[in-house]
Amino acid sequence: MIETLVPRMVQICGPGGVVSDPLELRTYECDGLTSHRAAPALVVLPESAEQVAAIVKACAAARVPFVARGSGTGLSGGALPRTDGVLIVMSKMRRIIAVEPASQRAIVEPGVTNLAVSTAARPFGYFYAPDPSSQVVCSVGGNVAENSGGAHCLKHGFTVHHVTGLEIVTPAGELTWLGDGTGAAPGYDLLGAFTGSEGTLGIVTKIVVKLTRIPQAVTTLLAAFETTGAGGVAVSAIIGAGIVPAAIEMMDALSIEAAEAAVHCQYPAGAGAVLIVELDGPEADVRRDSAAVRKLCEEAGCTEIREAADPAQRAVIWAGRKSAFAAVGRIAVAYIVQDGVVPRTALGRVLDRIAELSAASGIRVANVFHAGDGNLHPLVLYDDSSARECEAAEKLSGAILDLCIEHGGSITGEHGVGVDKSRYMPKMFSADDLETMQMLRCAFDPAGLCNPGKVFPTPRLCGEVPGVRRGVHPLVAAGQAEQF
Amino acid sequence: MTTDTIPGALALACRAVRPAWPRDAVGGVMPSWVASPASVEEASAVLQAAADHDLAVVARGGGTKLAWGSPPHRCDVVIDTLRLDRVIEHAAGDLVARVQAGVTTAHLAGVLGAAGQQLALDLPGTGGIGGAGRNGSPTIGGVLATGTAGPRRLRYGTPRDLVIGITVVRADGTVAQSGGKVVKNVAGYDLGKLFAGSYGTLGLIVEATFRLHPLPAATAFVTDDLYGAAAAAQAVAAAAGSDLAPSAVEIDRPARGGPVRVGVLLEGDPGGVAERAAAMRGTLGAGSVASRTEPGWWGAAPGGTGPGGAGPGGTLIRIAFWAAALRGVLEAIDIAAGAAGLDPAVAGSAAAGVLHASVRADAPPGAVAAFLTGLREALARAEPGEGPPRRGSAVVLHAPDDVRELVDLWGPVPGLDLMRAVKDQFDPGHLMAPGRFAGGI
Repeated sequence: MIETLVPRMVQICGPGGVVSDPLELRTYECDGLTSHRAAPALVVLPESAEQVAAIVKACAAARVPFVARGSGTGLSGGALPRTDGVLIVMSKMRRIIAVEPASQRAIVEPGVTNLAVSTAARPFGYFYAPDPSSQVVCSVGGNVAENSGGAHCLKHGFTVHHVTGLEIVTPAGELTWLGDGTGAAPGYDLLGAFTGSEGTLGIVTKIVVKLTRIPQAVTTLLAAFETTGAGGVAVSAIIGAGIVPAAIEMMDALSIEAAEAAVHCQYPAGAGAVLIVELDGPEADVRRDSAAVRKLCEEAGCTEIREAADPAQRAVIWAGRKSAFAAVGRIAVAYIVQDGVVPRTALGRVLDRIAELSAASGIRVANVFHAGDGNLHPLVLYDDSSARECEAAEKLSGAILDLCIEHGGSITGEHGVGVDKSRYMPKMFSADDLETMQMLRCAFDPAGLCNPGKVFPTPRLCGEVPGVRRGVHPLVAAGQAEQF
Repeated sequence: MTTDTIPGALALACRAVRPAWPRDAVGGVMPSWVASPASVEEASAVLQAAADHDLAVVARGGGTKLAWGSPPHRCDVVIDTLRLDRVIEHAAGDLVARVQAGVTTAHLAGVLGAAGQQLALDLPGTGGIGGAGRNGSPTIGGVLATGTAGPRRLRYGTPRDLVIGITVVRADGTVAQSGGKVVKNVAGYDLGKLFAGSYGTLGLIVEATFRLHPLPAATAFVTDDLYGAAAAAQAVAAAAGSDLAPSAVEIDRPARGGPVRVGVLLEGDPGGVAERAAAMRGTLGAGSVASRTEPGWWGAAPGGTGPGGAGPGGTLIRIAFWAAALRGVLEAIDIAAGAAGLDPAVAGSAAAGVLHASVRADAPPGAVAAFLTGLREALARAEPGEGPPRRGSAVVLHAPDDVRELVDLWGPVPGLDLMRAVKDQFDPGHLMAPGRFAGGI
């Protein structure tokens, strides 16, 4: 079936833009979530929006599923290929089309890396605010698909707050714009609904992003505590005082140990937890907030506090945090990066519970997280040569998500649902909720060809009449919502 | 009563149903019934009963924006949300509040303010674009459905940026939610964005959860009066481009040829705000003034209630553009208005690229239509490069009937075909405020 598409794809992208050799295809068999693998039937590398439209049109006519891929750094398998489908790799579309500081806007192609936008804007005194840890390599198109956040989204918001226009190819192969770059376009906010739809509503070919003024001052504090509980008290006190830091990150003893071994970040020895608090904004406000944060940390029992006021010192503090995921690779054979969210005020209880679950299962968990917004990234460490440990780690990882749902949180704060968590969606949403979301899907992709099998567990076909479903909402059952 | 008759079905669905009065008319279309559900179950039952009997439904909160949008093609039942009036949860430590749709912005501001917090949309003001109208205080549901926000949209955005969870009732009565009560959450599609600004055409918003912000410790306003579009645009660009973190940069131009007032809002630490206000005065120029109290025109509809203002009976146009085009937009307004023989008042969030122009109710309808056409032509003038085909819009929010008959309220809408497809999915019978929205949706 797919072979018949090859000549057409070569016509569209040229011979250099089509990959059909089985060995080469394997390069694309997974994204950042390596536990799911599937080699695509065909890979194409378009260089223009018109080529993407032609590719999608050809797929739609042949009823062949297609998946878009940016830099492949996603952590939920959102860009996992279909073995019976075409993988559309966007990495050749990496032009920064315009930087317009006077309008605080830039227009970029989807393959442009996140950091490249900030680099291009910096000479004008601006930056692109969403900063996922993978910002050196991850693409803006992928950020749009996943509604990516980052350490600084606590204050500055997510991708959806910084995108004001999208040129997309619809699943039927039509080029169209959502939004006009103003942020106040007439009509439904399809731009907002599209952002974070994990590649299931179409393929982005141009992006208008908002640029943010580089703040007058930035300062980074590192505070050490005996326990994560004490650190959590400090976080609540900071937020309670009306301070909105750019970032508040926490690491527990195990992740500090791992980071120390990997990058010698020289965090205070023996600390049970460290808190990284970054403040940005007008100088006087930063000065006052920094003094307040110091005082609140001391009151919460911090054992040591350091402040980095210049970029070099800041980089040293951040090195430990940024290396944490990779660093645990040195203290464990294998690990699962979990991504769940709880209300900030439930952090202490949830961390205690994770510690209990870890002790009971004998599986170690290193906690690194965006404490300011309750976004946990527990790293579940195990030995993948042991079937028992594999199973126990998988179970523990799932139990952590259950904990998040129980406490009124979410199964994913920034990594997305992808293929990894679609089975958890019914725990967070009712059949009616999912069916309603599916309506948006059917409006964009009635044929179900655009990144099928992601986000939703076994979706209904578009046009299928829903059955009568009046069960108890899962959040009601969990005591997290009222009966309606 | 039985469900066979329409009144019987509605009465079974909801305890508070009454025949409509003339003042319940929506855009001149007279409904037959008004239902006031007091719970999500009742709201769901009303919509199910309406769907069973093929009744068109229009949602109404405080009624302050009911004159916005096109008149519905049909309106049998008005759903009054004012009894859905509970602040369900204010988790101050999480800076999150979950509220029912009928909660008024004034009530919510009171509840949140007691904890030193706010929903940062500039809502409780009077006379403003997002503020109270003659019918009372706007509700949260109405604010979300119309997507209104005031001056601080520059810093905090609009309702779509602050809503983190939503519960809606679909046209067939199905209750559905998306998002949740944590700020950081990417599970599933974000229906809150889709329903924000949808004018009640996709379903009934019954509950929403918002991200909150702390109330600032101090505020200062720096204002200056300037003459001419060039000088005003230069001042706005200087304020917005400074690193003094303005929360809002507004302009108010009551009459053509008169002064353009430029105002900058600074929020934060008291000492810091004072320092920044002094620096902002340096940025704007020697004539500028710093004050702790907001100028009388701040956040008000253009012309306010004064002689230049459109008032409830006039034409109110929302103009959106890329910030660098401010001077061109101000000039285009003058040129188009001059050619049409009008003198609209203009005000709004200049640095955020959103202005409102208002034309008096007694202006000749043909002149208003000519003004709108001229303005849209100027906004549509192609920009070089590969960006969106249009970089702006002029949408008529409300207008006298004789103006409505002459103009397309919405103008060109990017992605309209997809919007129609979304409408058909959510409301296949076209029972939810049919005809109220862009493209006849």
